[in-house]
Amino acid sequence: MSNLLSAFRLAALPVETNEFRAEVRTFLERNLEAAPPDIRARSWMGFNPAFSKKLAARGWVGATIPSQYGGANLDAFSRFVLVEELLAAGAPVSAHWIADRQSGPLILKFGTEAQRRFYLPRICAAEAFFCIGMSEPNTGSDLAGVGTRATRCEGGWRLNGSKIWTTNAHHCHYMIALVRSSGEPKDRQTGLSQFIVDLSLPGVSVRPIRDLAGDAHFSAVFFHDVLLSDDALVGAEGSGWAQVNAELAFERSGPERVLSSIVLLEYWITCLRRGSQAAAHAATIGRFATHLTALRNMSIAVTARLAKGESPVVEAALIKDIGTEFEQTIPAVIEAAIAMNPDDPVDPDLYRTVAYVSRIAPTYSLRGGTREILRGMVARGLGLR
Amino acid sequence: MFTEAIEDILKDQCTPAMVRAIEAGGSCESLWHPLEANGFLELLASEAHGGAQLPLGDLFPILCTFGRYAMPVPAAQTIAARALLPSHAIPVGMITLAAAFRREAGGIIICPLTPYGMVADFVLARDGDVLLLLPGARARRQATGVHLSQTATLIWSNENGATPIPGVGAALPAFAAAVYAALISGAMTRVFEMTLEHCNDRVQFGKSLGKFQAVQHQLSVMAEHTAASSIAAEHAFHTDRAVPSLLAAAMAKSRTSEAAALVAAIAHALHGAIGVTEEYDLQLLTRRLHEWRVAHGSEAHWNLLIGQEVLASDMSLVDFVCAV
Repeated sequence: MSNLLSAFRLAALPVETNEFRAEVRTFLERNLEAAPPDIRARSWMGFNPAFSKKLAARGWVGATIPSQYGGANLDAFSRFVLVEELLAAGAPVSAHWIADRQSGPLILKFGTEAQRRFYLPRICAAEAFFCIGMSEPNTGSDLAGVGTRATRCEGGWRLNGSKIWTTNAHHCHYMIALVRSSGEPKDRQTGLSQFIVDLSLPGVSVRPIRDLAGDAHFSAVFFHDVLLSDDALVGAEGSGWAQVNAELAFERSGPERVLSSIVLLEYWITCLRRGSQAAAHAATIGRFATHLTALRNMSIAVTARLAKGESPVVEAALIKDIGTEFEQTIPAVIEAAIAMNPDDPVDPDLYRTVAYVSRIAPTYSLRGGTREILRGMVARGLGLR
Repeated sequence: MFTEAIEDILKDQCTPAMVRAIEAGGSCESLWHPLEANGFLELLASEAHGGAQLPLGDLFPILCTFGRYAMPVPAAQTIAARALLPSHAIPVGMITLAAAFRREAGGIIICPLTPYGMVADFVLARDGDVLLLLPGARARRQATGVHLSQTATLIWSNENGATPIPGVGAALPAFAAAVYAALISGAMTRVFEMTLEHCNDRVQFGKSLGKFQAVQHQLSVMAEHTAASSIAAEHAFHTDRAVPSLLAAAMAKSRTSEAAALVAAIAHALHGAIGVTEEYDLQLLTRRLHEWRVAHGSEAHWNLLIGQEVLASDMSLVDFVCAV
């Protein structure tokens, strides 16, 4: 019960990460093209294959993948620093993001040696971008209800169904899809498997979905008699649910669950420093700095657990819930602040950036598990379920 | 090691009944004496001075334990005060930290709204760069009028009996903020545990409260803010130096103070009417959460200081936060 709370004991980043942080910074100074804050605010939704390739050339895509597969072989702490620096700079990391954070580690952990040798070097070279096929038109938070089905056929599997809200599917080469490979939807978590779907295969069609900010960051993906070879299956047949859950601690506890609005916040601070309203908002800035410090330390505490090979899934859910709340507060507060006095001029970049972030911020507590799901997980961790 | 030994004493001597008795004006002796006699007030003192020379990081769980037990005596404050004072100036008895200090015409000294001001033998106040150790026995203690509160405004008609220690005044606000952050964190954790227990035990509509999703989500939010507060408080003690850094202490007090109100509110909401009764122990802790939030600067005070530091620097916020 109180085990959950006692998990959040302060842990420090190892001192070696200071040097690594400086290296990342130097790389960003040289390779990150200047962009206005409303573009940088896209953060890990910002898709830029050229930047991903530069990062890969430096060896930092596939951060935690062993070097024998072309990866950077970074420990969890160094990956934390890399991600923190990339997000703080507003680097467009979306192209390789999912492969780096989830698909690569998943293939490393559950894939066959042949799958590792095929996919991991491509991921690390930023030549293979991945998306994750989870939600379906009738399956959102209730993920165990997936209806997309892989059926055994001569030489492999036949895939039928559809996925929706899949981030970047229209830009990606592969999807790791959670689908039903046996039984019925009523069997819930049983009978689900994960397949790597080559999105260029016949029978796959991808339709981008435009969002309220004018971007198309997610898609609907349709599978019509898509033939998958045997080696498309990742891990054991029927183990899809367990495999998906094994990655959740990585997905939910990182700096990206705290820093989604950081470009906006930094830019507001820049504007305050050169304007006349700094005094009026100093306490608000202080509150954000305080919350950010605590959240960062919580994230580092969980990173320390990951570094030990543990899988603190509930702790990660807890961080994501409170972290996204912080991320969502930032645009709400800045919106109010810029209009405190209608006669005061508003920096046009700030206006656009806060507009973008305030419109897209609701997704922060949808993607990767909704607020309601996460609070349920925390409750389970407290022994209430 | 020290934490367990101290908790053993508190289990026996800081029972809810004892907290109530001391709040009602009863003797502190049976609680204070074992802490003093076992040397637990000198945890931070150097070994040369007979202390345990405990690093601040190891003091943190001890202060949290004081918070958990709703300490009705200023043990945490005395430990901090003894660390701030030179050995020759350390008095025997309970020392509390003044949250505010002012001089008035005619040599009058006032420490308004001093936590534990009703019971402390001494008050350690900050007078600019100077620390001033003031004898409680010579003060007029003015109660706040708040039911059962040990906070008091102390008034001295002159400086007789006061000991000035020059040059170290600035350390007091940082140390006090860190101490109260730890106390709040400890009390909050206990409040959370009590609420969780209550929700498991109390049955309505044929099932325990904890089975209702709306209740589960409230408990989850409580856990989140309790965890964030705990790590923020611990951060202030994560230093090799003798005194917490002002910035880390400021963040600790801000984060815990903000959460204190929320956590107390959810705890009472989930306990129902029983939670606000005198006989139920929750109030021993939630009253202190509010009192400690207000003591030594709320989040409103510390956020301003932190924000001014951020804005005055030329660092990015992420860099600033990494450097705290």
